[in-house]
Amino acid sequence: MAENIIELKNIVKRFGKVLANNNINIAVRKGEVHAIVGENGAGKSTLMKILYGLYHPDEGQIIINGETIIKNSPKNAVKHGIGMVHQHFMLIPPLTVAENVILGMETSKGPFVDINTANQRIKKLSDDFNLHIDPSKKIEDLSVGENQRVEIIKVLYRGANILILDEPTAVLTPKEVEDFFKVIKSLIAQGKTVIIITHKLDEIMEISDRITIIKHGETVDTINTKDTSPKEIARMMVGRDVLLQAEKKVAQTGKVILDVKNLSVTKSKDVLALDNLNFEIKAGEVLGFAGVEGNGQTELIEALMGLNTEKIKSGKILLEGNDLSNSLTKERLEQGFSHIPEDRHKRGLVLEYQNSDNLILGQQHNFTRTGLLDRIGIDEHSERLIKEFDVRPPHKEVLSGGLSGGNQQKIIIAREFFRKFKFLIAAQPTRGVDIGAIEFIHKQIIKARDEGKAILLVSAELNEIISLSDRIAVLYKGKIVKIVDADKTNKNELGMYMTGASNG
Amino acid sequence: MDKLNKKILIEFIIPIFAVLLALIFSDILILIYKESPLKIYKLLLEGTIFNSYGIGQVIFKTTPLIFSGLAVAFAFRTGLFNIGGEGQLYMGTFVTAVIGAYLPDSIPRFLAVILCLLGGFLAGGLIGFIPGFLKAKTGSHEVINTIMLNFIVLAFINYLLVTYFRVPETLHTKEIISNAHLARLSEFIPALDSTYASLAFVIAILTAIVVYVILWKTKFGYELRAVGHNPEAAATAGINVKKCIMMSMAISGGLAGLIGLNYVLGDKYYFEEGFSSGLGFMGIAVALLGRNHPLGVVIAAFLFGVLSEGGLVINAVVPKELVDILQAIVIICVVASTTEVRKILARGK
Ligand SMILES: Nc1ncnc2c1ncn2[C@@H]1O[C@H](COP(=O)(O)OP(=O)(O)O)[C@@H](O)[C@H]1O
Ligand SMILES: [Mg+2]
Repeated sequence: MAENIIELKNIVKRFGKVLANNNINIAVRKGEVHAIVGENGAGKSTLMKILYGLYHPDEGQIIINGETIIKNSPKNAVKHGIGMVHQHFMLIPPLTVAENVILGMETSKGPFVDINTANQRIKKLSDDFNLHIDPSKKIEDLSVGENQRVEIIKVLYRGANILILDEPTAVLTPKEVEDFFKVIKSLIAQGKTVIIITHKLDEIMEISDRITIIKHGETVDTINTKDTSPKEIARMMVGRDVLLQAEKKVAQTGKVILDVKNLSVTKSKDVLALDNLNFEIKAGEVLGFAGVEGNGQTELIEALMGLNTEKIKSGKILLEGNDLSNSLTKERLEQGFSHIPEDRHKRGLVLEYQNSDNLILGQQHNFTRTGLLDRIGIDEHSERLIKEFDVRPPHKEVLSGGLSGGNQQKIIIAREFFRKFKFLIAAQPTRGVDIGAIEFIHKQIIKARDEGKAILLVSAELNEIISLSDRIAVLYKGKIVKIVDADKTNKNELGMYMTGASNG
Repeated sequence: MDKLNKKILIEFIIPIFAVLLALIFSDILILIYKESPLKIYKLLLEGTIFNSYGIGQVIFKTTPLIFSGLAVAFAFRTGLFNIGGEGQLYMGTFVTAVIGAYLPDSIPRFLAVILCLLGGFLAGGLIGFIPGFLKAKTGSHEVINTIMLNFIVLAFINYLLVTYFRVPETLHTKEIISNAHLARLSEFIPALDSTYASLAFVIAILTAIVVYVILWKTKFGYELRAVGHNPEAAATAGINVKKCIMMSMAISGGLAGLIGLNYVLGDKYYFEEGFSSGLGFMGIAVALLGRNHPLGVVIAAFLFGVLSEGGLVINAVVPKELVDILQAIVIICVVASTTEVRKILARGK
């Protein structure tokens, strides 16, 4: 029996009235990948922050290497070999990798920072753990995946033996996830211990040795990965059976709803973000757009919604034959567009607004009487949607910025499905959302499709694209490489088109 | 309820902290003058809010600061930094004075005042609209454009004044007709006798209420604030961000255009070159100390009103610049503790 390197016993943590952790027990063995799963708000991050000393538990014990930690702090945790990579990166873009890594613990040579030694040490770490990071590069020139690996280097540089990774894959593309798992494997191979938080069941199955499931701040169980299945994990997380694969009937398509002709959008002066796109979406159909992020998806959505129109070079956008190419965003929405933005913080919500105000964003004119906001109507509407979409905490006055990502997404979904729309853009509709809610969102999308709406789905999750779409268009460098029927393709084929190969 | 109280409390903490900090600094300064801080503060309060003449004068000084603070706060709420209050107020006040001077004598009192007000608002609004328009159309930063416009407007008004509108041998316009005069508050409250406080103060309070209603109770205000917090989300929701920017700057300018109301319709009855001495800029401090909320603005304006009148009172014992320093420290403390300013400047595309 392997020794427990970390034991958290009867951890209780309250935030005001919220009981974030309620008597949690967890034991992590040396040299394992221990996954912690649970729905949004289950208390995973809180627990990890307690372990890392960012929060103090109200009750309970932290035992590291058999030693009970009395007064924990990040400094103390680091001393005990614990490192944490947060979901939001804490790097300074204009500085180099090395400068970022040594920040706060610069070794000096006389009055100067000894960057050479740092460079060498980072180079060595990078080689040892397959991180492929050049210490002299600037952070701003690195991809998201590389940024994450820099965060890992930062932690390793400080001598961590136990790495806490809070939802590390949420921001990665499928390829980056693959690379990232290689990194985790080489960490384990060299005797490190990894605690990983993730929502994604297939990832958990692939990478972890054991899994601890947390629900509503309580430990449900710790199980061996090889003895379980995604279905079972999902049931333990949510407390009921969850459909992991969207179920849908054969599409009953109708007339063409959205018709896009020769759409070209510029990125910079002579670079095209979208190069002569042509496609149509019929009533009752989901057209999925697969592709590595940054291949024109954002520009496509913006062009369709009438945002950043100065970048549009040419093309026509028709809704049921009406030319909306020159219409304002507002007019498009009135004509029957609906839009779940890909970046909920950037485009989806006003984080400083309370939930009720975000639930009417874009529909405020429907809640106005002679110029004045109809507060009573807004409140009723909000209460209804919050209940129907199970937003937690269920308060209309709470600022949306304080909600978890999944609940923020529910606010947007609730709002956009409330519109009377003919055409829906669903961009990354389930990003960072827990599985119970994913099932719900998928059902909503399928329901809309079955009601005869045209749906454009953009997602970084190939599983999602394949299971929801009727047809799939693959975007590569601003061009549609191929449009395929969803039931006649698979991840491998799509993956190939996503790298630009035009016939498989 | 208890959540609401907490929110309000938080809004008050920073300004109160700033004021306390400023008081500590001024204690030190007073001590350097070998005077007792308590004595000075007592003197200051006795000379201002603890006697009726003082109160009247404080009200008089508070009035323009309310408009000025509202102007800045309104733009702030839309994510815009209007530093052009000085230019806007000169234009607004000049037009107010000119309208007041050239109205027919027979015009009813109420109508005369309304026309002067409207003229001031529209003229200030026009000056505010220009940087708003430039921002919406070209993306040029309103901070630069409002500052530049201050110089242009001031020069332009001086030209008009000197060339066409001044009473010979002076630097002021003709007096406004008596029906455009705003009644002094002493007509209603005899205790305020011989102070300059006028109905302009009441108009300022009403304006603060209107601003509150526009920003928080109307669809228009909802859209403006959405633009202020997150212009991209607002645009995504179909809100016309450019229009909001132009409207907000125009209204902000309009509010600044009313800063001189007190002076022209309630005190001197004419426009005079250099009358403002920075009232437009003081609005920034008032708005920040007031957390960009109309109620906060009124309270902050009152505080600055007390300080500015108090400076005259304590001048006999310590230099009145002490109060200027006190004000400056309050401003620095507030600015340092507000993220809004930094956020907007960082957005300077
Ligand atoms: N700093 C905090 N202040 C108040 N409440 C918090 C704080 N951090 C987390 N919470 C609340 O505690 C609960 C658990 O949150 P968290 O640990 O972030 O969940 P998870 O990481 O599992 O999604 C949630 O209800 C969340 O709103
Ligand atoms: Mg979390």
